[in-house]
Amino acid sequence: MSGAATPAQAAGSDRALADGRIAFYRHPLPVRLTHWVNALCLWLLLMSGLQILNAHPALYWGEISTFDQPLLSFGAADGPAFPAWITLPGFQDLAGGRSWHFFFAWLFVLNGLVYLGYALRSGRVRNVLAPDREQLRNIGRSLADHLRLRFPHGDAARGYNVLQKLSYLIVLFGLLPLMLLTGLTMSPAMDARLQWLTALFGGRQSARTVHFFTATALVAFFLIHVLAVLAAGPLNEMRSIVTGWFVIKPEKRS
Amino acid sequence: MSSITRRRWLQRTLTALGGLTVSACDRISESPRVNSTLDWAEELNQRVQRVLLGRKALAREYTEKDISREFRANGTTNPDTEEYNALAKGRFVSWKLIVGGLVERPLQLSLEELRSMPSRTQITRHDCVEGWSCIGKWKGVQLSRVIERAGLKPNARFIAFYCADTLELTLDGTGQYYETIDLVDALHPQTLLAYDMNDRPLDIAHGAPLRLRLERQLGYKMAKYVMRIEALESFQKLGRGKGGYWEDRGYQWYAGI
Repeated sequence: MSGAATPAQAAGSDRALADGRIAFYRHPLPVRLTHWVNALCLWLLLMSGLQILNAHPALYWGEISTFDQPLLSFGAADGPAFPAWITLPGFQDLAGGRSWHFFFAWLFVLNGLVYLGYALRSGRVRNVLAPDREQLRNIGRSLADHLRLRFPHGDAARGYNVLQKLSYLIVLFGLLPLMLLTGLTMSPAMDARLQWLTALFGGRQSARTVHFFTATALVAFFLIHVLAVLAAGPLNEMRSIVTGWFVIKPEKRS
Repeated sequence: MSSITRRRWLQRTLTALGGLTVSACDRISESPRVNSTLDWAEELNQRVQRVLLGRKALAREYTEKDISREFRANGTTNPDTEEYNALAKGRFVSWKLIVGGLVERPLQLSLEELRSMPSRTQITRHDCVEGWSCIGKWKGVQLSRVIERAGLKPNARFIAFYCADTLELTLDGTGQYYETIDLVDALHPQTLLAYDMNDRPLDIAHGAPLRLRLERQLGYKMAKYVMRIEALESFQKLGRGKGGYWEDRGYQWYAGI
């Protein structure tokens, strides 16, 4: 396996620009498409999810709701717990929220399957997402660089850095599947088939709570993700996730 | 432009943009075409879950110690009509469940007669569409036995439940609670006409004298205060045509998720 600086598929796709910089094809089409469909789905799922949560803005642990002892409750004595501007529809409408939620849940799952199929077949998981030993060894330094908003340049920016890799892996193979599984656990029909799943989460209300906190973790990821894009060069990053092309300044070789 | 007017201008622009987005969203979520596209997911939920579950998969049953101390009563907690109050005062002795529609033998069954039929007892979890869950113990007669006794005509496809409660006052009477289920659910072994809850006769808040238990779906399907049931070929002519009180108000007819 190649080092972090030269991911396998980067070779051969370089384009020299007039000013001496190099454009290289970083994100293949399936990745760009599924990225944006996923972004749309997650955004609408979040808003419709908050609409649904507004119907009973309290979380519990276990199989049932212990109304007098919620784990957490949100709230506002008058009006909804989550304001209209962040819910879908933008007025109290549990039925509508559910319609939006399930529609985009299906799209999210189908899109996820397309991505997964592509990522596994193309070797992307192994070549692009899995950190190598050296990266893992230097994780402390990468963390320190990130906290100072110092990002890799030149050839080092061709591949993902170790923090990127780990957070993408956690989101793709941890948080997103967890959203689906906890969501399915809440279905009384699916529960008749997947009782082991309900048991795994410690009950339906626990699954609902995990669903909420996983969504919260995804929101946190989104904020850091956007912050990192802004700090690392928003135009270049946006260009690469829209057109695929990412521009780097090659370092001078001595 | 001074910095104050600029700030005010910016504020106004942002407010207007925000308002535009919100109203655009609302317009989208109120559009019938968008809503019928979204309904596609309900259809898919039903088809996929029906395939995965089959007719016989049972909802989980719990033990006595799992029963909720407080079982929330939602929707109507007392129909409070003259007729219902009179029945309740007489402990529903004069009440009769009317079974009609597309059946060979229309029936009228008193509570005593229902209790004398073979019964099923189950401790199950009740999942409300709002998100909460409670566990309760239910005893009743399997709906399939009542259906069997009445004998379905070949064109019967749905069972409708007409309830004593009016949840919304309307001029055309569409505020009356009703529900419909198809035969897959009606004939499921855990689908009960329940008369006991937690070893006592069903109380008024939870649907006395008789309520539906439909364990693989959400709470709003489980009609309380059932007065009459009917076998039908289609539910289009009932209420506003969507198959139930809440369905007429936008909720999914198939409530497996």
